[in-house]
Amino acid sequence: MRLTCPHCGTRDLREFTYGGAALERPTGDWGPAWDAYVHLRENPAGASFEWWQHDVCATWLKVDRDTRTHVISQVTEARA
Amino acid sequence: MRFNALKILTEGLTGNKGWGPHWRDPDPKPAYDIVIIGGGGHGLATAFYLAQQHGLTNVAVLEKGYLGGGNMGRNTTIVRANYYLPGNSEFYSHSLKLWERMESDLNYNVMHSQRGLINLFHSDGQRDAAVRRGNAMINQGDDAILLGRDELRKMLPYLDHDTGRFPIHGGLYHPRGGTARHDAVAWGFARGASDRGIDLIQNCEVTGIDVEGGRVTGVQTSRGQIRARKVAIVTAGRSGQVAAMAGLRLPIESHILQAFVTEGLKPVIDNVVTFGMGHFYISQSDKGGLVFGGDLDFYPSYAQRGNLPTVEHVMEAGMTLMPMLSRAKVLRSWGGIMDMTPDGSPIIDKAPIDGLYLDCGWCYGGFKAVPGSGFALAHLLATDRPHDSATGFRLDRFTTGRGLMDEEGTGAQHNLH
Repeated sequence: MRLTCPHCGTRDLREFTYGGAALERPTGDWGPAWDAYVHLRENPAGASFEWWQHDVCATWLKVDRDTRTHVISQVTEARA
Repeated sequence: MRFNALKILTEGLTGNKGWGPHWRDPDPKPAYDIVIIGGGGHGLATAFYLAQQHGLTNVAVLEKGYLGGGNMGRNTTIVRANYYLPGNSEFYSHSLKLWERMESDLNYNVMHSQRGLINLFHSDGQRDAAVRRGNAMINQGDDAILLGRDELRKMLPYLDHDTGRFPIHGGLYHPRGGTARHDAVAWGFARGASDRGIDLIQNCEVTGIDVEGGRVTGVQTSRGQIRARKVAIVTAGRSGQVAAMAGLRLPIESHILQAFVTEGLKPVIDNVVTFGMGHFYISQSDKGGLVFGGDLDFYPSYAQRGNLPTVEHVMEAGMTLMPMLSRAKVLRSWGGIMDMTPDGSPIIDKAPIDGLYLDCGWCYGGFKAVPGSGFALAHLLATDRPHDSATGFRLDRFTTGRGLMDEEGTGAQHNLH
């Protein structure tokens, strides 16, 4: 598996760290929304939106990846 | 079908033409009291114990492929009871006791071999942790022996004892740990369940779960509708998809774990050995192949195959610990889909829908739990109360924060356990 960092180009999987499902972070105090954010997962077999970090340039990325085939269709900067 | 010495001899002399199937292959009935989704180790064990312990036989196990063809057919076959935290400790202790009587319970040779498991430690801090864990195991009534440097060197002379990078200070020895023949476990439970009247239905994929008024009424399958009063989801890495059919979201992320086996070698590794400075564990099968594995690949996957960086990492860890491995040729590798929970411990509980039960979240420790999990889920299905050995495996522990069992203390991230 190779990912394409918007800054550094296509690099080996070893340079990246998976950072969890790309969920929207809730606001406010602990409640069902936070519980769902921390614990519950769609866990899709197919298209999956995930946070990854490119360890080399430290950029956080949003990755659209197929969990059945490991094919990566899109990588964008997380803050974009 | 039963085996005996005379029959084996006769069949051997007459071309092995007289062997029949081990279990019936029935068509699904329109309705059952209990439907178990998933014909892997846990599902088959649940079926067996429903019949054996509770006399419930109007039960079907629905399997989308063939029995034992998921993680049950792709694990490293290690059986142990060396957990630390209350909740886990009593469960795995009970499960190991069930392993020890499994062959007589099933009248089936599952090749359970209590060859001993040794977790190595490489620093004073790791030694302290091993002492603590060993004491917890002894308090639970199980066995643990702390091995010092010299005893360990005598026992496992083939390790690289003189390395400066990861010096081996000793090991925590669990003599009752070991391995078993994974397929035989599935076959034994399947035969035992089928003989007692439970229907094992293969090539039957569940495509929907029927819920009316907050209560389960049955399942839709590739072989038609099957009504049931109680439905248990026992589908390991696929738990998320199956639970979604009932509108549920689970605290589970499915990850890939790879394992490897070498060509057959003369007996060389007598025990199960784990490295303390990298994730690596190894044993030798009765055929002679070295069976070993390491970490997850750390990203979600349903591919049942992993990537090369993890392969390289596992090989490096193995070589660091046992330089003799360098000459062994790896025959094949495979990957399983691991149902990872946020605390690394499993779930055996009722779902928020009446009549629906969950047995999932075994992370990559499901094999040794097969009899314990089947026993506890059968008890829950039959009595609607958790079994004494499995009261900690509650679904709501993540919401409330009470009773979390994070053995490694890595926090609420699914892939870090």
